[in-house]
Amino acid sequence: MLKYDIVVIGGGPAGLAAAIEAKKNGVDSILVIERDRELGGILQQCIHNGFGLHEFKEELTGPEYAEKFIVQLKELGIEYKLDTMVLDIREDKIISAINTVDGFMAIKAKAIVLAMGCRERTRGAINIPGTRPAGVFTAGTAQRFVNMEGYMVGRKVVILGSGDIGLIMARRMTLEGAEVLAVAELMPFSGGLTRNIVQCLDDYNIPLLLSHTLIKIKGKNRVEGVVIAKVDENRKPIPGTEKEFECDTLLLSVGLIPENELSIQAGIKLDPVTSGPIVNEAMETNIEGIFACGNVVHVHDLVDFVTAESRRAGENAAKYVKNKLKKDGAVLKTQPGDGIRYIVPHVVRSENIEKNLDLFMRVDNVYHNMNMVVKVDGKEIKRIKKRHLAPGEMESVRINKEDLACIYESVITVSLEREGA
Amino acid sequence: MYDVAVIGAGVIGTFIARELSKFDLKIILIDKETDIANGTTKANSAIVHAGYDAKPGTLKGKLNALGNPMFDKVCKELDVPFKRIGSLVIATNQEEMESIKELYERGIKNNIPDIKILSQKEVRKMEPNLNKEIIGALYAPTAGIVSPWELAVALAENAADNGAEIKLETEVTGIKKKEEEFFIQTTNGKIKAKYVINCAGVYADKINEMIASKTFEIHPRRGQYNILDKSTGDIVNHVIFQAPTKLGKGVLVAPTVHGNLLVGPDAEDLNDKENTETTSERIAFIRERSKKTIKEIPFGTTITSFAGLRAVSNVGDFIIEEAKEAKGFINVAGIESPGLSAAPAIAQYVIEIFKGVKKDLKEKKNFNPTRKPVIRFMELSDEEKAELIKKDPRYGRIICRCENITEGEIVDVINRNAGARTVDAVKRRARPGMGRCQGGFCGPRVMEILARELGKDITEIVKDQKDSYILTEETKKNNQSEVDVIEDMTMVS
Repeated sequence: MLKYDIVVIGGGPAGLAAAIEAKKNGVDSILVIERDRELGGILQQCIHNGFGLHEFKEELTGPEYAEKFIVQLKELGIEYKLDTMVLDIREDKIISAINTVDGFMAIKAKAIVLAMGCRERTRGAINIPGTRPAGVFTAGTAQRFVNMEGYMVGRKVVILGSGDIGLIMARRMTLEGAEVLAVAELMPFSGGLTRNIVQCLDDYNIPLLLSHTLIKIKGKNRVEGVVIAKVDENRKPIPGTEKEFECDTLLLSVGLIPENELSIQAGIKLDPVTSGPIVNEAMETNIEGIFACGNVVHVHDLVDFVTAESRRAGENAAKYVKNKLKKDGAVLKTQPGDGIRYIVPHVVRSENIEKNLDLFMRVDNVYHNMNMVVKVDGKEIKRIKKRHLAPGEMESVRINKEDLACIYESVITVSLEREGA
Repeated sequence: MYDVAVIGAGVIGTFIARELSKFDLKIILIDKETDIANGTTKANSAIVHAGYDAKPGTLKGKLNALGNPMFDKVCKELDVPFKRIGSLVIATNQEEMESIKELYERGIKNNIPDIKILSQKEVRKMEPNLNKEIIGALYAPTAGIVSPWELAVALAENAADNGAEIKLETEVTGIKKKEEEFFIQTTNGKIKAKYVINCAGVYADKINEMIASKTFEIHPRRGQYNILDKSTGDIVNHVIFQAPTKLGKGVLVAPTVHGNLLVGPDAEDLNDKENTETTSERIAFIRERSKKTIKEIPFGTTITSFAGLRAVSNVGDFIIEEAKEAKGFINVAGIESPGLSAAPAIAQYVIEIFKGVKKDLKEKKNFNPTRKPVIRFMELSDEEKAELIKKDPRYGRIICRCENITEGEIVDVINRNAGARTVDAVKRRARPGMGRCQGGFCGPRVMEILARELGKDITEIVKDQKDSYILTEETKKNNQSEVDVIEDMTMVS
């Protein structure tokens, strides 16, 4: 059996940052396991720019951003295995994995960092009726074909869902010579970043149809068209508003789901809202010594935030290996209040907070001129003015350690209050 | 010149072809689709019924009862997933209890073994997740679940192993008889055969009318289904039917052999024999109906919806007979439910008819009833996995992340007899793309492997039908003219 102090599962931005940070914190025996042919994860297919604004104060493409971490990983001499699939993780931190070179491996780890990322929701998951022709792709699959494999997936395109990948693919397909007829979005607001709506749709005159959904796919062999209708406030199609688009391709950008199949097998508890593990301030899951970071915990919109979160996981995994992670002391629970969908981390052991605690969250609707109010056991400790809040843009709040002085089983809430209310 | 041409490579056609391949015969199996099992066989409830349902005295009743016990042997020989998990027909009121009692009586007449009526307590013990309003059920322990298309593929493969030829993408457009020979006109050339067996599913009437006058009609009855993630497959342990009422037969909730959960179907009579569209109204309907069985099925974990067509005849029973006007032409038509359950018995019944038609049938001495076992990597022990990868490293590369399907398994299903030629054909045989990501990750890889193994360009790889192309062309970066343009621009500046 192979033995490592820390095994990181996933060699995307989260896994890379966690491994590097663990190494910097004095753990030498680290293995990164990546199922794809190269490190970097989904960043490798994101050839557009806009990565690294927070992290490096410059605009990088996905592969450029990934490369910075890959170089560092290699310089630090961290071991990694490519084209390697983890089949299961046991609660006792024994991992079984396979590849074509080493064959079947059993690997014992003192700590594990889960960084498997997420996957896209599919047509079946949202039950789009109609025929089942070729030409229906998730935006990410289309992105892989176009950017990595070098093949076009269609010529006349309709996109359902305004998630960031969908928006970026609208621009990408246009640049490659395809015609993007429309982006339809079920909600009255986009699920993507504002900058992507401007740079990927507005700049190319691609219409964004808010409060619209797809009610039918046509075509027996290849997509021949789609029918889109306006929806009412209950998100039900309004009869008479149907509009048919003649197209050969439908791209779906209808949400991402953290990929937690391995976590579930290992007995890790998930948050039903994020579909990711319930974690504490150290990014540790309910199983001691198993940490999680990046999109496997909750779907991020900026890789820079993934990096920051993963460093925290890597640092704490190193502490855990060296028996420096405190297990006792006061435990606080975070609880989303009005207007907030979820907060990560879910649990905070105040003893482990050195200076500040960062809470990450998403709002449930588009809001203007609100206050984000943080309370511990009902007592307000912080209030931040927000001019604009949207579900597509993750929010964070920094809390001082002093403000967390509290009794056992305290509750931190974050909620939105209308300004002046 | 063939002895027998079997038209239609669904589970019935492939079963008959395999039975025929036990004899010294030159056989050809023809289908208009790109793959075996691409009609009714690929989209149904995948149930091997116990056999209490059909009216006593009908062919349906007789062949269902005979067919059910034959599954163990044939599925073992052909290494096809089959589980005899038993079925329950649930009742929520006295009226439904009455109809369950009728089914029980019918079952006794049909000679169905070990059926019994369960009390509420007994049902709850067997199926704790069922709706609390259920007051009793009819239990049939011999009912089972099978993978219908894997069965048909295996039958076709075994028939081919034993010498039968398979011709796909070959649509029959006309049949003529000259003296003792049938001339079958197809979109892929002429085929001559001494005998023809018509297993064309929803098109069986059209095929019959090419050579004989209209004696029956087939109309398609569409049924829609939801299939849910493997995390929900163990909600029930048996196939759960609802008691038939004035409102219809109700929907079933059943695990699949691969551990998913299947909910459906409804029934809708159509005219279009190609209409396998799903509709939001009908999917909503089956979901609503399923509440009677289980209050809250987690439809949020739905992987996909699909619709299948049953070949319903105007006769009300299976039509399995030689056409009166065309000696040597045997119709096997109207094979609606319980057609899959009856399939092994239908095949033997056809052989009996055929023996009457062709008197000098000789059994083959070297018939091989088994096919090369299918390696299902994830079902192996750790030691077996290690050993296999050492022998063939392609089993060490996972292509499908959801179902953990290796490259070795995919290459195998492409290179077998009756092997896969399309992305969906690979999916049906080895399951990449059957999982929750529905091919999002593995799709490009499967296409790559198909192209490599078949010696094709990746743009030639199709999803399912001939015209279901996936990629249109290379991107601009590979386009020479683009480079020229840039060079021109450089020269200008």
